[in-house]
Amino acid sequence: MSDRIFGSVGLALAIFFVWQATLIEESFISDQVGPKTFPVVIGVVLGLASLYCLLRPDPPPTWPGLGRLAEIALAVLVMVAYAIALPEVGFVIATAVAAAYLGWRLGTAPLAAIISGVLTSAGIYVVFRLILGLSLARGPLGF
Amino acid sequence: MDILSSLADGFAIALTFENLLLALIGCFLGTVMGALPGLGPSNGVAILIPLAFTLGLGATPALILLTSVYYGAMYGGRISSILLNIPGDEPALMTTLDGYPMARAGRAGEALALSGVASFVGAFLATWGLVFLAPLLVDVALLFGPAEYFALFALAFATLGGIASTNQAKSAFAAALGLGLAMVGVDGQTGVPRFTFGEVHLYDGIDFLVAIVGLFALSEVFVFLEHRHGAATGESAEKVEIGRVIPSLSLLARCTPTMLRTTVLGFIAGVLPGAGASLGSFIAYSMEKRLVDRDGTFGTGDPRGVAAPEAGNNAAAGGALVPMLALGVPGSGTTAVLLAVLLALNITPGPLLFTQNPDVVWGLIAALFIANFMLLAMNIPMVGIFTRVLLIPSRILMPIVAMISFVGIYGISGSSFDLLVMIGFGVLGWVLRKLDVPLVPVILGTLLGNAMEANLRRAVTISNGDYTSLIDSPLSIGLWTIALVGFVLPIVFGKVVRRRMRMRRDEEGAISD
Repeated sequence: MSDRIFGSVGLALAIFFVWQATLIEESFISDQVGPKTFPVVIGVVLGLASLYCLLRPDPPPTWPGLGRLAEIALAVLVMVAYAIALPEVGFVIATAVAAAYLGWRLGTAPLAAIISGVLTSAGIYVVFRLILGLSLARGPLGF
Repeated sequence: MDILSSLADGFAIALTFENLLLALIGCFLGTVMGALPGLGPSNGVAILIPLAFTLGLGATPALILLTSVYYGAMYGGRISSILLNIPGDEPALMTTLDGYPMARAGRAGEALALSGVASFVGAFLATWGLVFLAPLLVDVALLFGPAEYFALFALAFATLGGIASTNQAKSAFAAALGLGLAMVGVDGQTGVPRFTFGEVHLYDGIDFLVAIVGLFALSEVFVFLEHRHGAATGESAEKVEIGRVIPSLSLLARCTPTMLRTTVLGFIAGVLPGAGASLGSFIAYSMEKRLVDRDGTFGTGDPRGVAAPEAGNNAAAGGALVPMLALGVPGSGTTAVLLAVLLALNITPGPLLFTQNPDVVWGLIAALFIANFMLLAMNIPMVGIFTRVLLIPSRILMPIVAMISFVGIYGISGSSFDLLVMIGFGVLGWVLRKLDVPLVPVILGTLLGNAMEANLRRAVTISNGDYTSLIDSPLSIGLWTIALVGFVLPIVFGKVVRRRMRMRRDEEGAISD
């Protein structure tokens, strides 16, 4: 079943891709092949491969339970929040929070997770900002 | 003797303080990454690329750092194989078969030392192979025109799924997906935007570094979240006594023929497209078992069973550099990632690399020789340090991996948009791994897509719109034939090879070597 869904999504993607490829505006000077041909070929390969998965699916993988899926979804949300908050609150705070959350969800006890999150963040800051001089996001507090 | 004098020039470049230091750091980090289960050569190198890039390292130093990591990871993979029975990375899978039984029998130190020597022999001789084979391949590659290059890229994609691939449709899907991603952005030849949907961020295309770090490193974090390795690897392991780490001369003498044979096999497996280090160690182990295992001791802690896969996978790692440097077409996951380094540094790999940037090539090769001796020193007397690293539980390690990935990507562009794209790739990578779709073709597609299209268009334009020019030279016909055979062969043999590789272990890992 998983492969059938995968195949359908892939097929839809391929059709969308080819359709978008035909919409590419050609400029008035163009080479013999033009900007459309290769994308169309790729789209066709994508479609054929998806079609094969749709018609001859492999045995499905073992998907995690709903709880685990929610776990991953939440982690994604935290990472998205991290990406957006990074320029606002600065590297050290954002990283400490995100690392602590991930550590906690991976099975560290809450208090230990907070400590390891702060240490991770501080460690990365020291190594990459202070020693190697990389520019990290600066928050209102300057770090 | 041309080659030897080039090599001497290379040593002059590699023997600067900065480059030696980078090689040392790379070897150390690589060994650590190889030893830690969950971090292998490809995601280890992937995390470090953006960092090397933002640090403003030049081409040669950056390559020295990252290939040292690559070699180091190949050495390091064996440590957890032997001590914990968990392969540190996929190529080290076969080392668990005899390495762990040896450790159980109180000979862990011997196994570590012997495998260290075997790694050294494999990598050292393979680097010599690289020195002599790569220039030969360059001479062939200089005959290539655009049509041949187009065929060569097709060959790379057709064989990348590898002989062990179970479902070629999924490999084809992955390659097409990667190529499709490469099409996003402004067309290089006519200047029209493609698949950008009016989003300004997409005009210069999807940064392949973002894709690589997302697919390789972040997806690993999601895999760990899914399984939640609550019991840390370090805690669950029995305390294994390491014992003495100096191998006896008689043991080395007994294993020498094994090491030499498997080095040759591994090197060939590495050079050929679609094989790579995992298959190199598998072939090496199987052949040695067939050849010298008269008393049925393989699998019960036979030292030769430790030496064979380690020499094999390290030789394959060196061999895999040959097509990457000489043709610009990598044959394995990690060399695909190394190709990304070159492209990010605006260096076009391939035959011209040897004529235009000989300093880069030979400096790199010389650095590999030096790195090998450093690794030998690190991996025999100092192996104790790395066994301590294994005590870091993944619940601490994985957040660090995730955060360093973010730092690297943010360091390049300083934009949240790229971070979001990277998270998207992380999720995509996790889903694809669940569905058993290989990730390496996706990466290679995003890397090579534009070059492949450019060669197609150049070839057709030169012949005034005649598409048959793509297959009218013997060279290109030959390449297309190999591509076709390489694509069809796994459909016939893939299941058999894969079953044998997985017979003893069913560890997961969609990222190959």
